[in-house]
Amino acid sequence: MQKKVFQLLANNTSGVLSRISGLFSRRGYNIESITAGVTADPRYTRVTIVTSGDDEVLEQIEKQVAKLVDIKDIKELKPDESVYRELALVKVRCAPDERPSIIAITDIFRGKIVDVATECLIIEITGGIEKIDKFLDLLEGHEILELARTGMAGLSRGIENVTFLP
Amino acid sequence: MIGAEAIIKCLEAEDVKYVFGYPGVAICPFYNSILESDIKTVLVRTEQSAAHAASGLARITGKPGVCAVTSGPGATNIITGVATAYADSIPLIVITGQVKTDLIGSDVFQEADITGAVESFVKYSYLVKKAEDLPRIFKEAFHIASSGRKGPVLIDIPIDVQNDNIKNFKYPESVNLRTYKPTVKGNASQIKKVIKELAKADKPIMCIGGGVQLGQADDEVIKFAEKHNIPMVTTMMGIGTIPTDHPLYFGMVGNNGKPYANKAMNESDCVMMVGARVADRAISQPDLITKDKVLIHIDVDPAEIGKNAVSSIPLVGDCEAIFEDLNKEDFSSDTSKWLKALEGFKKELKIVRKPNKKYVDPQNFIETLTDKLKDDAIYIADVGQNQIFSCAYAKIKKGKFLTSGGMGTMGYSIPASLGAKLAAPKRQVVCVCGDGSFQMSMCELATFVQHGVQAKIIVFNNNFLGMVREYQHYSYKDNYSMVSLDGSPDLEKLVKAYGFDYLRLKTAKGLSEIIDKFLEDKNNCLLEVMIDPMDLVK
Repeated sequence: MQKKVFQLLANNTSGVLSRISGLFSRRGYNIESITAGVTADPRYTRVTIVTSGDDEVLEQIEKQVAKLVDIKDIKELKPDESVYRELALVKVRCAPDERPSIIAITDIFRGKIVDVATECLIIEITGGIEKIDKFLDLLEGHEILELARTGMAGLSRGIENVTFLP
Repeated sequence: MIGAEAIIKCLEAEDVKYVFGYPGVAICPFYNSILESDIKTVLVRTEQSAAHAASGLARITGKPGVCAVTSGPGATNIITGVATAYADSIPLIVITGQVKTDLIGSDVFQEADITGAVESFVKYSYLVKKAEDLPRIFKEAFHIASSGRKGPVLIDIPIDVQNDNIKNFKYPESVNLRTYKPTVKGNASQIKKVIKELAKADKPIMCIGGGVQLGQADDEVIKFAEKHNIPMVTTMMGIGTIPTDHPLYFGMVGNNGKPYANKAMNESDCVMMVGARVADRAISQPDLITKDKVLIHIDVDPAEIGKNAVSSIPLVGDCEAIFEDLNKEDFSSDTSKWLKALEGFKKELKIVRKPNKKYVDPQNFIETLTDKLKDDAIYIADVGQNQIFSCAYAKIKKGKFLTSGGMGTMGYSIPASLGAKLAAPKRQVVCVCGDGSFQMSMCELATFVQHGVQAKIIVFNNNFLGMVREYQHYSYKDNYSMVSLDGSPDLEKLVKAYGFDYLRLKTAKGLSEIIDKFLEDKNNCLLEVMIDPMDLVK
């Protein structure tokens, strides 16, 4: 089993995400995370999927996704040639006297406090999956009330791998 | 012009001759507008049959078959037929009526999310939101269904869209699909590699799948095999691509195929899979066709290559285009020793059946029947023991052999033969089913009568669901469960009620004469053939 990140360029039409996720579920492929958003060209949506499987499964995923009528392009985002980012919002229970320690950890991770209430605060943090996991580990001892992670988005480095759209 | 009229214009532009279907309120605008057209409508008796009939027609014409049903239960009933076509890559255009756009999602009468429900059985689907989109969508749908790896496309059309006005109807001349461009031409360097490997091979073999006929590549493929004396075997869907008496033909492979065909695959040093997906029924152990041999895999669908077996030389493209290119290449090969060895396997592994004389032997019956059929006859087998017997013994000359190979849908043959006969009214069309599969589609007898389509139906009667009984014989030591067909109707009375002629064959006595009578009959005719309930296909 290995993890792979795929980047898809799909028609920005209704139902396109359900066609992609439906393909994954009916063929028994894993989705660890999926993110989607419109590109600079409003006709297309960019989808980033983190998946895992053995070599044959990963090859099939690539081919089966490419076969979908609405998919323009699928490519692997290799770790050393790509930038990956995820955003997480973390609501932590926090008495006033605990604030300094949480703020200190947040600063180290270049996170931001985006909301403060008497009993809790919300932290915004961006980075690779490992960084966010690590940050959450460090919050241990504080009760995480709610956590919202966006899933990973990614782009390849440089201009070589850009798919130019007509 | 309203949306429904525009749909008819689109179908006319695609040269559609028949629409198979079943009406309901949500598809009524369509069926009202079609009255103004020369397109003929065929009312089936249950929606699943509409898809099978359209599929039978598509497999003869090579163009998408069209069916149209209503929303809700009409749409859900057609799913099995659509899935059957999808499994065998048959091009269909499936039109479903839908409830009013503003009611979608509110669970009103006869509402079903058909595009959602059918997603895994279609190549693509549309939910039409504006009547203006209809011409573009139909143009795209016909293109998607009939290009690349073919398959069904469903178009769900709410009733208000069918009734909305369209100002300027114009059927597009070309499609503009940014994200869909199937590969047609084979990669030139891969083609060179194929030739190089074949030239090196001592024991090459070609395994022909359904893709060859779907790609209308029969002639090019046979030309290639004959030029280089390469023996051929087929999968179930490939039967009929090569005349069964062709000297280079060595039968169907697979767990229900000829043992000598399987041995030929295993002994070969270079297997060329053409338009075949290496599915479990054909190739139960994919390792055997890759171990110590070169596997050349030619398919229009890149996802099929490497799915079930890892090939040494993948070659993606349209079969016809690829074989046109392969036929331009020259190489010398001598396969005479290999062909002699294959003839040896054929003798050594010949199955000798010991038929029960109290009944008709399916082998004897099918061989005699297909001997008597015209060269271009269309033989349609259902699913069950009748299918396996048909695959093993039907002699196909220049005709066609149709069956539900991928999905194995019982009840396929009767509606498929209706569609095939409409597509080729001058050709002999013979439908062979069992007493189980017959009862799944016997409601369609009326359809033949109503539309004046000649029916030639053969029912193998063993009063059992024979294939499952056989499975229970081997796997459950004859503990039979749910396989007796007691309670079945008297077929003579039944078909006579529909005005059919009826013939019965109890034993081998008079077999030839009764088959002649059956084939010469100008009326609709059903021939009931009594076969041994305890017979086994292997």
